[in-house]
Amino acid sequence: MKDTQLNQTVEPMNASSGLSRRQWLMSSGALVVSASASGFLGLSALTASEGAQAQVNGTKPALNPDELDSWVAIAPDGGVTAYFGKVDLGQGLTVALAQMVAEELDVAYARVNIVSGSTNLTVNQGGASSALGIQAGSKPLVQAAAEARRLLVEMAALQLNTTPADLVVNQGVVKSLKDPSKAVSYQDLIGGKFFNSKVEWNKKLGNPLEIKGKAPLKKPADYKIVGQPIPRTDLAWRIYGTGEFVSDIRVPGVLHARMVRTPMAGATIASVDESSIQSVLGAKVIRQQNFLAVVAEKEWDAVKAARLLKVKWTPPASPMPTNEENVYQHLSSAPVVKRVEEVKVGDVSAAFKGAKRIIEARYHWPFQSHASMGPACAIADVKPEGVTLWTSSQKPHYARDGVANLLGIDPKTVTGHWVIGPGSYGRNDAGDAVMDAAMLSKLTGRPVRVQGMRHDATHWDPKAPASIHTARAAIDESGAVTGYEFVSKGFSRVSIESNEADPNDSLVGMEMGLPARNGVGFGVPGEAYQFPAKFQAWEVVPDLIKQASPLRTSHMRDPVGLQIQFASEQFMDEVAFETGVDPIAFRMRYATTARDQDLFAQLRDKSNWQTRRAFAGPQKGRILKGQGVAYAHRGGTILAAVVHIEVDRQTGRIWARKFTVAHDCGLVVNPKGIQYTIEGALVQALSRTLYEEVHFDEHQVKSVDWLTYPILTIHDTPESVDLVLINRPELPPTGAGEATNRLIPACVANAFFDATGVRLRQAPLTPKRVLAALKQKPAGSTQA
Amino acid sequence: MSTTSFKVDGQSVKIDGDPQMPLLYALRDELGLNNPKFGCGLAQCGACTVHLNGVATRSCVVPVSAVANQSITTLKGLGTPEHPHPLQSAFVEEQVTQCGYCVNGWLMTAAALLQKNPRASEAQIKDGLKDLKCRCGSHLAILRAVKRAQTALLAKGALA
Repeated sequence: MKDTQLNQTVEPMNASSGLSRRQWLMSSGALVVSASASGFLGLSALTASEGAQAQVNGTKPALNPDELDSWVAIAPDGGVTAYFGKVDLGQGLTVALAQMVAEELDVAYARVNIVSGSTNLTVNQGGASSALGIQAGSKPLVQAAAEARRLLVEMAALQLNTTPADLVVNQGVVKSLKDPSKAVSYQDLIGGKFFNSKVEWNKKLGNPLEIKGKAPLKKPADYKIVGQPIPRTDLAWRIYGTGEFVSDIRVPGVLHARMVRTPMAGATIASVDESSIQSVLGAKVIRQQNFLAVVAEKEWDAVKAARLLKVKWTPPASPMPTNEENVYQHLSSAPVVKRVEEVKVGDVSAAFKGAKRIIEARYHWPFQSHASMGPACAIADVKPEGVTLWTSSQKPHYARDGVANLLGIDPKTVTGHWVIGPGSYGRNDAGDAVMDAAMLSKLTGRPVRVQGMRHDATHWDPKAPASIHTARAAIDESGAVTGYEFVSKGFSRVSIESNEADPNDSLVGMEMGLPARNGVGFGVPGEAYQFPAKFQAWEVVPDLIKQASPLRTSHMRDPVGLQIQFASEQFMDEVAFETGVDPIAFRMRYATTARDQDLFAQLRDKSNWQTRRAFAGPQKGRILKGQGVAYAHRGGTILAAVVHIEVDRQTGRIWARKFTVAHDCGLVVNPKGIQYTIEGALVQALSRTLYEEVHFDEHQVKSVDWLTYPILTIHDTPESVDLVLINRPELPPTGAGEATNRLIPACVANAFFDATGVRLRQAPLTPKRVLAALKQKPAGSTQA
Repeated sequence: MSTTSFKVDGQSVKIDGDPQMPLLYALRDELGLNNPKFGCGLAQCGACTVHLNGVATRSCVVPVSAVANQSITTLKGLGTPEHPHPLQSAFVEEQVTQCGYCVNGWLMTAAALLQKNPRASEAQIKDGLKDLKCRCGSHLAILRAVKRAQTALLAKGALA
């Protein structure tokens, strides 16, 4: 498997040494060394200026970003390992990374292995974050691969008594052009040893981390491996069940734990009746203030004890200020904690003053849950000499820091092994699981494995925020848009941070009395509409409960992107029709960059788009058909989609039958990988569009399982997803992991209007809401 | 406490303990078989699916005592990299799953479905798989793979 999940602390390269330090020569001045496993030493001709600045030996330098060995290693058999300080949650990212590393090193793809995430093997590149795996995460690996190749060619030049210019590399073998009998392989040059060579580092950790070597990178025109549709080599273990997810890790002597959390939001513990679990042999209650768990030697006993434990809860002083039914009214009137005006172009108020007409609309989006496929699991072993974690957190370096901060110890004494868990698409429940496990291990003196039950995952994971969005457009006499205003008002996107470094953001921290930070943030639409005047802002309202809230929010795939674009891209459609312009033509009129124009032209051609300037009129029969479009930018990626849907007038079911997605993310590293990633993102976003909303009243979250938080089923699968993948090798690659998500809600809602003449401005577009809309707003009206 | 004997992937096993313990915990914790996954514990997602005498069964809600003297097949018993079930080959070919946590359920359920109804129509396949969850949205690839496996099975005559 490509995404090797090293669960051991063994450093594979340290085992091999072979040569003693005495066998290495150094020139005076620049330290220049060449060696092979056969002991070749050939430095006589080397000058300092030509020097390969490597002190190749068997000792791996400290894991710092400015050490080449922190990024790439060549094993005794010539296999290449690249160390990736992010993680792949299942999109096949490591395949694309291996392609990029293989390309720069001139080795076969199959020889490259990517080690991901673990804190003792990789530097902190920010973990999985904002679809930056390729866009940012590949950069140091590509630099390191190119630099390693440069050094290896220098070493080969010494060994073969020639110059680097005379050498070519093919499949990890360096060969002389002048004398093809002269050749040496990477493994003979360095296999099992280390470069001990520095690279430039921008002194940043996390997403912005970059390094630079002396080697130039390959030109895209010379790519042989990058751009190929190499199949995923990291799937077979999952299909045959021969590998391990985090919940499959078994640590000797482990105690099994289940958390016990209040059914009532904001309640605190009045008393715990420990005798209520005495029928479960060996089960124990662990409690610190409001942090409550049961532990047992056997997992099933922990499950039973958690069910049996009797707890008296003290209700909060006041219930939550709103419930599901009234949440949008609450949002509308709630005080603003923070307002940020992110986009101000031209004179918006003048545009509205001088407008011939003004178009306005408001949109609503609910709280949604990660509801990951399995509840989170983590194992922690807190010992005086150090802490070991097994976590599926998508930001393992920050989880390490969070555990250290929670326990008040040095992060250097904490090792976090990253092991994949049930697909995580943001900060789901995995972050709390690892913090809970660490605290329980500290309190019990044993390694502890925590796994949630279904209700822990759906009730207690951090949520994506509910929001309302108000849009206005000023239209002149010619029907052109002269001013545009878009304001979101919602709960914060990050009432807890998207990483676990601060224990105040964790449930255990808050339950043990650390004050919540109640962070604020939201966002604005991603697009390139060139309206003469444009204003985009956001406002955040207070969290419903400050401390340990089941409705605390954090990042969920394309954070706030679905909410915002559901509104902004539906509004563009409304303005298009109100001004008698086809929705694609409307977008092309205002999004005028060459890439936008190319994107729309290709999408229109490939999607069988029928030009529309207004609602086409009521349809007869049970099944109503419609087409819809949506467009967005995200982190440099430009994309748009068309969907053809069917609405069942009797059941209210929407079937998003056929999608065409036009996607421009610069250089395409692996077209197949992008296809599968986009398909997954699309279907997941379709689920959020059609079904997903967290149910809650003033006292509790009522979505606790798959019946109370339904997601889409295989019956909802689109018949086809056609991808128009625009490859721009001259441009650096940008993200493909979550851009598609933001297109889907408005795309489907716009198609619903095309089918019915009714706007659905509140998500999700459930059968119930569809039926109500069809009853209340007869097809044919253009205003809801 | 009691002892329950049954077969798993052709091997006889004995489980000592709470007869009410769900089979899933027996397989995972007592026998170290990782492929049935805990997803919900409520028979709502299918990640824990095994075959009980050839019938796709949610092991998270079946008490271990209920399988006494019966025969369980897990994903490992369905096929291996050396001797893959045609569904496994098709899933590899079609590059199915994103995270893969749910894939056990899809494979085990689809295998039982195609065994019972080798010529299932697309609608019947969807009906047979509708109670499985996949949070990563791999449904398109899953359907492609199940149809590919069905074709392969029919061509082989294994199910004809």
